[in-house]
Amino acid sequence: MTGKTLYDKLWDAHVVRTEADGTALLYIDRHLVHEVTSPQAFEGLRLAGRRPWRTDTVLAVPDHNVPTTHRDQGISDPVSRVQVETLDANVHEFGITFFPMTDVRQGIVHVIGPEQGATLPGMTVVCGDSHTSTHGAFGALAFGIGTSEVEHVLATQCLLQKKMKNMLVSVDGQVGPGVTAKDIVLAIIGEIGTAGGTGYAIEFGGDAIRALSVEGRMTVCNMAIEAGARAGMVAVDDTTISYVKGRAYAPTDELWDKAVAAWREFKSDPDAAFDRVVHIDAAGIAPQVSWGTSPEMVVPVTGRVPDPDEAGDPVKASGMKRALEYMGLEANTPVNQIAIDKVFIGSCTNSRIEDLRAAADVVRGRRVADNVKLAMVVPGSGLVKRQAEEEGLDKVFLEAGFEWREPGCSMCLAMNADRLESGERCASTSNRNFEGRQGQGGRTHLVSPAMAAAAAVTGHFTDVRDLTPPPG
Amino acid sequence: MKPLTTVDGLVVPLDRSNVDTDAIIPKQYLKSVKRTGFGPNLFDDWRYLDPGEPGMDHSKRRINPDFVLNDPHYWGAEILLARKNFGCGSSREHAVWALTDYGIRVVIAPSFADIFFSNSFKNGLLPIVLDEAVVDRLFAEVSATPGYRLNVDLAAQTVTTPSGEAIPFEVGEFHKHCLLNGLDDIALTLEHADDIRAYEQRRRAEAPWLFR
Repeated sequence: MTGKTLYDKLWDAHVVRTEADGTALLYIDRHLVHEVTSPQAFEGLRLAGRRPWRTDTVLAVPDHNVPTTHRDQGISDPVSRVQVETLDANVHEFGITFFPMTDVRQGIVHVIGPEQGATLPGMTVVCGDSHTSTHGAFGALAFGIGTSEVEHVLATQCLLQKKMKNMLVSVDGQVGPGVTAKDIVLAIIGEIGTAGGTGYAIEFGGDAIRALSVEGRMTVCNMAIEAGARAGMVAVDDTTISYVKGRAYAPTDELWDKAVAAWREFKSDPDAAFDRVVHIDAAGIAPQVSWGTSPEMVVPVTGRVPDPDEAGDPVKASGMKRALEYMGLEANTPVNQIAIDKVFIGSCTNSRIEDLRAAADVVRGRRVADNVKLAMVVPGSGLVKRQAEEEGLDKVFLEAGFEWREPGCSMCLAMNADRLESGERCASTSNRNFEGRQGQGGRTHLVSPAMAAAAAVTGHFTDVRDLTPPPG
Repeated sequence: MKPLTTVDGLVVPLDRSNVDTDAIIPKQYLKSVKRTGFGPNLFDDWRYLDPGEPGMDHSKRRINPDFVLNDPHYWGAEILLARKNFGCGSSREHAVWALTDYGIRVVIAPSFADIFFSNSFKNGLLPIVLDEAVVDRLFAEVSATPGYRLNVDLAAQTVTTPSGEAIPFEVGEFHKHCLLNGLDDIALTLEHADDIRAYEQRRRAEAPWLFR
């Protein structure tokens, strides 16, 4: 008998029952809730006269609509305000734990879950948000769901799911200096494509993944969905366990020891069978920059904007042409000649303390270039912000000419006031470069925090490895 | 949920791959706390030439005459013909609500993103996967034939073309059953409440840190 994959183990541990056609009722251990995808679900409960099955599994926070400036003045956009107030009313009506905008623990839902220890190894974690895959970094089965499924989990603590296939993406060897988790995952998406993981749960493995911090693993798992996989995950190891230890919602004392013993099993068996295995050579990965309107449209910073005439496939070529037109780019332009207008360092992909440190290391002693209209840092949570301030990172950014904001999703999807104007070009540490994602007509280039910082101080995309150490 | 059995509908072709849910319904409309009213903003950035905001009278906005949904030949379409990886990106169910509110009941594509696919079934929207070659052919037929219609029969699992050719498609038994009968799957799950409680009892012993 062959062994089990990490995904097989997580799945098997949570199956309540299975229908004849393979549809399983899967038990959910943690349900994270934000203001955008939950109001209709709570309304559904009310209309049907249902109560949540287990409120102790639910943690709610507003993040998408919240302003990143002048928090004390509340939310000025009346439509956004109603949505946040609706969450507030729902959590009170149903008795759900909630971190309001004024709480230091508030932040992006995928940052605060792990930060609080609300995400634990071996769990099933869901949220009405596709980037829930982030939590797979802990050896958890975590995936995004729609609002009907949010209601279903609230009402039954379960979801109806069909098992996905197993994919292993092994990043072999070690990355070079200046190459980060973001570059690894962008390179993976460039390799397998934006639908390469559709129908699969992806386990990220290999030495380069093992060498990443938990923050880095979260960045990689976060973007599993950009490769089409609802769930991404990394096996539990000492790195995982030391991150979780001592966090607010983590078990303690004897329960901790018992939990750790169980969590150690959440890794693929040596003889586990995967439906698909992809190997990536870590040493071959350079800092990445997306050039188009899909995360698969990515090239090394040392490269050029690709030429549709060389695409071969006519459907692909027409998609590339449309992307070039939208992005205002010419084929074959060297990436390091593309000038930018704005810089956004933040989002559930890259707003953790490690990301801010990496960006600050590049910015320290430099100034934001004159052609850059706005460079902003939006920490992932109030606690990340506080820690960064304790380390003096806020001063590094402010002295360089960056804005230092309050935590939230911000310009990753531009639901609040932070957005690109039409035609503006942005170096962004977020996860999606779709048309209009950061504002109608806005042009997004996905990069790592260090690369965003390098673009900010030079005014164009720059290989962060080429920047000489700053003066002093 | 409204049952879906057969749809005999006009087909509108959207000839782009990787259509993401940000394109299907842009973020500013996600601020609504309702499930309805998203239809006028389906494909908003492509459909209109001026930027849109919630609460506007969208009938007064400048439409993009080059966008297929604005071609009067396709007004009233109930079947959307699309390219691969339709519905990728965000989990927003608003994308499905925008399609159904507009009047779309079936989407045909060579592949769908997983979350969009499952959201569709919860809202009476049928996503049909057909081979890329078949989809190519349907695109050619739609553009060559004004008023092109398809007949979708969920019970028989067929898409029938005007020439009478019946193309079979796959659909999960459970999804089919729910869609044909318009069933609320929460009620179905709650029929197994005892199984859920038994699981919890077992799990509480194995992993007590999950029950505190």
